[in-house]
Amino acid sequence: MTRPPRLEEKVVRGFSWAAALAVPAIVGILLGFLLWRGVPGLSLSLFFGDTPPLDAMLRSAPVFDGLWPACQGTLSLVILAMGLAVPLGIASGIYLAEYATGRLRRVLSFCVDLLAGIPSILMGLFGFALILLLRKTVAPVANTGLLLSALCLALLVLPYLISTTRLAVQGLPHALRLTGASLGFSHGQVVARILLPAAMHGIFCGVILAIGRAAEDTAVILLTGVVANAGAPSSLTGKYEALPFHIYYLAAEYQTPAQLTQAFAAALVLLGLTGLMFAMARCLHARLDKKWKTGTSH
Amino acid sequence: MSLTTNRLCERVLFCVTAVSALSVLAIFAFLLWFAVPVFRGEALGSLLSWHWRPLRGEFGILPMLTGSLCLAVSSMLLAYPLALGLCCFVHGAGAARAARPLLAVVRFMTSVPTVVYGLVSVFLLVPIIRSAFSGSGFSWLAAGMTLAVLIIPTLVLLIDSQFRQVQESIGQTAAALGFTPVQQLLRLTLPLSRRGLGMAATLGFGRAIGDTLIPLMLAGNAARPPQSLLDPLRTLTSHIALVVATDSQSLVYSSLFACGVFLFLVSLLINLGNQALRGRRVSDD
Repeated sequence: MTRPPRLEEKVVRGFSWAAALAVPAIVGILLGFLLWRGVPGLSLSLFFGDTPPLDAMLRSAPVFDGLWPACQGTLSLVILAMGLAVPLGIASGIYLAEYATGRLRRVLSFCVDLLAGIPSILMGLFGFALILLLRKTVAPVANTGLLLSALCLALLVLPYLISTTRLAVQGLPHALRLTGASLGFSHGQVVARILLPAAMHGIFCGVILAIGRAAEDTAVILLTGVVANAGAPSSLTGKYEALPFHIYYLAAEYQTPAQLTQAFAAALVLLGLTGLMFAMARCLHARLDKKWKTGTSH
Repeated sequence: MSLTTNRLCERVLFCVTAVSALSVLAIFAFLLWFAVPVFRGEALGSLLSWHWRPLRGEFGILPMLTGSLCLAVSSMLLAYPLALGLCCFVHGAGAARAARPLLAVVRFMTSVPTVVYGLVSVFLLVPIIRSAFSGSGFSWLAAGMTLAVLIIPTLVLLIDSQFRQVQESIGQTAAALGFTPVQQLLRLTLPLSRRGLGMAATLGFGRAIGDTLIPLMLAGNAARPPQSLLDPLRTLTSHIALVVATDSQSLVYSSLFACGVFLFLVSLLINLGNQALRGRRVSDD
């Protein structure tokens, strides 16, 4: 015996349909607009301006009017930040998953959660304060630059790395631990020889997502040394350009329609980059799920 | 591996973890230390005023505080119902076949850089607002709408995982009792998810109040409290970004760190609140 649906059920159904249509529509409009404005600007000269690409890439010829220096800046920034954050994040994740217990574990994970929730501009402000302190004490000429930005970005992605590592290790089947123990492994051996290799995929997933996050953040680098026209990054303490800042700068200060087209094309490039990272992470994740659900590893 | 190397490894891992965890305290200590000058004496009075005129020695951050709260609350009011509706669609109120692609779209949204949302809004949404109403278009309305789009994926993924958890535990029982999917959603899943919904709201709010780029690019940045949705406003975050770039007076800097301390305390409160919600849920089971 079925009764006709009540009014409130109809309302919920209608509203959820509306929401489910609205959100993809927004994404569609966003992508469509970006493609419409950005695709005409996609070409080699978008990256290299009038400089021959090979000269720019191999002989570091200066590039004016192109995205290449910004790409180089973002690349060095991401590499440096990851170099700082990945070892720290993975080690902390393993410790929280396997060693920490009781109150210590609760306190440490609370700190990590708190770090994850802090607005990114505060990381930038922290870096800025660090420079103010250095100027007052040991290094009067200290200034914001590449290394400082990388440090602050490392703080930004650290909690992601810690929690993905921790979840990857904790999510492994209990049988793996038992196997190790039954073979007479010590706890350290179980962690190093069994759990870590098995969790590698999941950890790698986290690293890729963190790369995407570090590449797109603008608020942190805004306060710690990015500028509009620095050319290729020359030293660790020097100023540099970066893709997301370049887009932000052009959106506010563009002078010609060509520059605006460049901004949209740069946004497409950046979106492609973060989208690629995201797709890679999803791919790995899907493979991972399958691996442990069917119980066969290869 | 001998016992001593085991110990050593554990020690090293502990030290590294302590460094990661303490970095958050270091950030707070730095903010507080540099904000101290402005908390002393008459500077505090000027900090808690409605006027930002650094040249006259007035460093009021109340307009920015209001701006941050207005923007975060309004974008949550816009985003939360949408996110909730989308999750209801996925969990029973909509077409089951559309659920997976819909969630895939939402996951993709998390990978879109903030600056891309900002760029598209500046050249699509702002001109629409400008021609539909009057003024420059850079307003509370533009920033609020864009910020809502930015936080929708965060909200959807949090609510979705909460719903999923509930449905896993009660789904079969409810189906056996003859609940239709919509009834199950309305009578069981939603009431049972109250705490998870609360956590999603606080985390989403934290994300909304902490974002810098969207208000910086879209809100017009006038340092006075907004009177209407079409007025420009300035948030604490964009205030920090704007002033660091232009000023160099030491009391000005101190007032920025005071803004930073406030933002930090907001995220601390959010985390403590969530801790409490989570703790109660565990003890319920």
